[in-house]
Parts: sequence; structure tokens; C-alpha cells
Amino acid sequence: MRGRTWLPWVAGGALVVAAGRLLEWAGLPPVPLLETGLLAMTPLALAAVGECLNEKAGLVNIGLEAIFLLTATVGVWFAELGRSGYVGLLGGAMAGGVLGLGLGAVSVYGRADQIIAGIGLNVFALGFVPFLLISLWAFPGIHVFPNELTVPRLRTPIGQVSPVTLGTVGAAVLAHLVLHRTVLGFRIRAVGERPEAVDVAGLRVDRLRLLTATVGGILAGLGGAFLPLGWFGALVKEISAGRGFIALACVVFAGLEPLVALGAALLFGLADGFASAVAVTPGVKERVPFSFVAMIPYAVTLAVVAVVIGRRRFPSTVGRPYARE
Amino acid sequence: MRAARALRPLVESLAAVSLGLAAGGVLIWAFGHSPLAAYRALVVGAFGSREDLLETLAFSTPLLLTALTFAVGVRAGLFNIGAEGQVYLGAVGATFVAGLLPLPPGVHLLAATLAGMTAGALWALVPAVLKAWRGVHEVISTIMCNWIALHLSMYLAIHFLAEPGRAERTLPALPTARYPVLSEESTLTAVLFVAVGFALGVYAYLWGTRTGYELRLAGENPDAARYAGIRPERVVVLSFVLGGMAAGLAGTSQVIGRPPAWSLYATLGNVTTIGFDGIGVALVGRNHPLGAVLAAVLFGALSQGGRLMEYEVGVPSELVRALNGIVVFAMAVPELWSLVRRRLSR
Repeated sequence: MRGRTWLPWVAGGALVVAAGRLLEWAGLPPVPLLETGLLAMTPLALAAVGECLNEKAGLVNIGLEAIFLLTATVGVWFAELGRSGYVGLLGGAMAGGVLGLGLGAVSVYGRADQIIAGIGLNVFALGFVPFLLISLWAFPGIHVFPNELTVPRLRTPIGQVSPVTLGTVGAAVLAHLVLHRTVLGFRIRAVGERPEAVDVAGLRVDRLRLLTATVGGILAGLGGAFLPLGWFGALVKEISAGRGFIALACVVFAGLEPLVALGAALLFGLADGFASAVAVTPGVKERVPFSFVAMIPYAVTLAVVAVVIGRRRFPSTVGRPYARE
Repeated sequence: MRAARALRPLVESLAAVSLGLAAGGVLIWAFGHSPLAAYRALVVGAFGSREDLLETLAFSTPLLLTALTFAVGVRAGLFNIGAEGQVYLGAVGATFVAGLLPLPPGVHLLAATLAGMTAGALWALVPAVLKAWRGVHEVISTIMCNWIALHLSMYLAIHFLAEPGRAERTLPALPTARYPVLSEESTLTAVLFVAVGFALGVYAYLWGTRTGYELRLAGENPDAARYAGIRPERVVVLSFVLGGMAAGLAGTSQVIGRPPAWSLYATLGNVTTIGFDGIGVALVGRNHPLGAVLAAVLFGALSQGGRLMEYEVGVPSELVRALNGIVVFAMAVPELWSLVRRRLSR
């Protein structure tokens, strides 16, 4: 499994080159592909890395989409209260942690059907976020916040990069090291495969799972707050637009390995970035129907998952609550 | 004791709905409104008069159908959350036939209805095939398909179905392709009977035929089903197609069975969220076609009553969907009920 870490990176690189050539061939001006791709990668990778840990420990959170939506809103609210984009990111991460912990607790202690609970959270967010937009800012569907609340980007040789993106890469590496080089990581993997053995060894199955659920929520919440504050510069009621599920696709693609998930997020991020860039670049956007451009990220995700999937092995207890015999 | 056991699903569903209403009340209160006034307006808006009651049923109709989509999926052991996209394409399919194709009365209505159901079923085949032969989890594939369907349907509506001079909606259904309005005081049409008929048909199919039994067996006990020689691919395709037909019919019902527009909005505004709303309806109806009929009336009442709640008390009607999510969430937690039972039996 770990030998295939290079796969998404190579595929991503090939996609960049191919997309660039395609535009050149069509006689269209180049678009800032990598810049947008890295922005799009960031929330996907954050949520996917967290969910890798979560699923390693035996839980499934399909409410990532809801966490994105809710923390994007909470993040902007915090940013306006604290007059800083960083406060917003922090607020989003905290809200995400609370949501992750809540969902984890319901799964561990309530022994909930985790898929149904996740669907419930998603439906809730679909209604609650528009409700919040009207209640907090008295305007339906969209809220534009002051420009100075966006998180500034760093100038680098490959273009403008958000500091959050660098943090995301760090988080993926850290998650990999924790998972494979530490006792805690060993326990996380054990609790997903053999919770009864972990229990007999005197460790707390519930606490380990709550830990990964909370960390997963914090990372997804950071990603959610990043959407308006680090990328779009505005909040709309459907800001996540399926990205929570694309993050799940990254997790599946990666077979729960954080570094591979980062690569998968870059691959899907490039597809997303390509679509976003084409949709706004003058000289390009007029000649390609927007509807088809907008489909690209979803179609790529569907195609990649369909091709790559197959012999992915998941922890034996993933999605099932643990109960002592 | 046996009576108590039979009533248990009903009690659990009502408890989940009550929990949703209570949590919704807290949200209403937290944002500075009176929960009592809001819920009073909601009930009056849904059941206060004959017109309101009929309008509640008009809202219930598509919810019943998308609930069937999810319920049939769960019965087969699948989480089909793709009703949303199947609704869009169903609406587009129906609009093509109803708006563009002149046919004799009777035949036209039937053709438009079948076109909508077929479009929904075809769209459901995408996740079905990916699941059956590639093992792609349906939660991911159906959501991807929903977003693709959104953009595809808007494209088709704008480029092939637009009414000249009216950018906001498609060509209206020709009069021969419209379901008769049941009473002038509401938007309820005879499509209600088609929806209920479809629910009865699903019930008869799942509990009265061999393939229906196989579908349920595959959902309840996949190992036993495989041992009995039931091919899992067949069950997956069957349940998705059946669900897609229901969702397609839901989309159809909003175009050729709902005045005054008789058309699809270019933003798809009159068919969005129906698919997701059906999930809660299915769960409260215990994933049973007949339970879904009752639950659909309840959720239809929330949708219809939510409008008066927004108008009179100022609580955004989106709250109803948040409440729906809380109900789904509550239905996911079996321990909640055993906890309650233990308390009661002590």
C-alpha cells in the first residue's frame, strides 16, 4: 500500500501537463492552474487526512460535507467578531472539533448507524446554514465579508500559496508519522482492527475513537473555514458543493493512508482548480459552457474512484460500534 | 405485550419527530423568536383550513416518492442518497415530452409521466453499475451524480427547453400533459393518486413477488441471499432503478402536476431539496411504503406550515429542513430508545 504513495502525485502532475496542453491546443490563454489547484486541495486534504485517522480507528464520518458547511459559516462569524481571518480559522476548527466529537460520541456511546447519523448531519446543515445566513446577516443565500478578513497568501516561486496549505501538508506528514511511528498510532490502528484486544489490554476503546473523531472534526473544520476565508472571499449557502464527499473519495482512494490522501486531494483539487480557473478566466470562460466545466470535479472523482478502487482493505470494524461481549 | 411491540416503531418515530421539534424550538428561541408562536403558526398553516390541508398534501406528494427511493435502497441494504439528482432529471425528462411533443390527450399525460420516470431510472443506473461491478460506495457516487445532474439539468433546461422571452423557466407543459387540478383553492392535482398508487405498487412488489423478496433478503442478510443464489448485482440494479423511477416521478410531479408554473425553473428551484427531504420521511416511515405515506403527510405539513411560520413569526422556513436533519439523526441512534425503555421499565 505505502509503495503506491507516488501514484496520485504522478497522476496529478500528468493532469497539470495535460490540462495545460489542452488549453494551448485549443488556443486559449493559460490559467493559474497550480495556484487554484493548491487552494482547492487544502480543504479536501484536511478533511481526508482527519478521516483517514478516524476510519483507521473504526469510525466513519460521512458528515464531512455538513462540517464544511457549518464551519464555513461559523468561521466567517468568528472572523467578523474577532476582526481577523485567523480567528475565523480557529473558530471553524473548534466548531469542527465539537461536531466531530458529537458525532463520535453518538457513534461510540449511542451505537448509532454511522451512515444514517452522517446523512442526518448533512440534511441538518442543508437547512441550518441558510437559516443561519438569514438569522445572522439578514440576507438569504450569500454573505460577503470585508476583504481584510481573508487570510493573506504567501508569495512563492510557484505562485501565491496560502499558509493554510503549507499547514495542511505538515498535518498530512504528521498524521503519517503518528500513525506509523508512534505507540498512539499503533493503538489507533489496533482499535480499528481488534477493538476487543485493545479493550483486554486495558486501553479505552471509546476514548481512542473519540480522539480520532475529534481530530478529524478539527481538521475538517479548519478546511471548512478555509473555504470562505482562505479561498473564495465570500460565503454562500452551498459553499462546500460536494467537497465533503470528494474528501471521502480521497480517503477511499488512499486506502486510509494520510500521505496518499494528500496526493489524492491534490489530484481532485487540480480538477476542481481547473474548473474554477476555466470558469473565471477571460477569453476561456466565454467559449466553454459553464455547466460542463462545473461538472469536471465530480466526473473526475467518479471516474478515478471507479478505476482505482477494487482491492482496498479497510479496518475490520470500520463503521461498526464496539460492544463488550 | 404483542400490541406494545407492534406499536414500538410508531412510538420511536413519534419520539424522533418530537425530539426534532424540541431541538427546532430551542433554535427558534436562540434566534430570538417565540417557539410557541412559531409552532402555532406552523400547525395553523398546515391544517388550519381546507385549502391548507390540500396544500399540505400537495407538498407531501413528491416527498412520498423520494422517501420510496431511499426506503427501497435501505431494504436492499443500500444508502441511495441520489434521489436529488434523479428528481432533477425526471423533471427534465417530463418537460421534454410535456412541453415539446404534441400528443393526443391521455396518451400525452402518460408519455410525459413515463418519460420522467425513465429519465430518473436511467440516471440511477450510473451509481448502480458503479456499485455492482466496481464496488464504488453509493454514498460517494450518488452525491457526485447529484452535482453532475444539477449542472446537466440546468444546461438542458436553458439550451433546449427555454421558453422564448422568459429566461426564468422552461416551456410550460401543454394542457394535454397536465394532471387535473383537484380543487381550485390549492395546487393539489391528481398526481397525488399516482404517487400513492406507486407506493402501493412498491409494497405489493417487495412483499408479494419473488424478486421483491430477494431484494429484501439481500438487504437483511447478504450472506443468506448469496447462499440462496441471489445475485447481488441484480439486487443493486433493481433497487436503484425502482428508486430512480420513484424519484423521477417526484420530479415529474412538480412539472406536470403542480400549478401555477407547469414548468421547470431554470434554477431548478421548484425541484431542489425534494430528494434530500425524502430521507427523513423514509426513516420516520420505517422504510416501509405504507409508513412513508403517513410520514409524507407529516413532513408535507412541516413544509406547508413552515411558510406561514416564516410569514407570521419571521422564522426562516429553512428551519424545517434543519429539523428534518435532526429527526434523521435521532432515528440513527438505537441506544436512545433502549435507554428510554430501560428508564420506563424501572
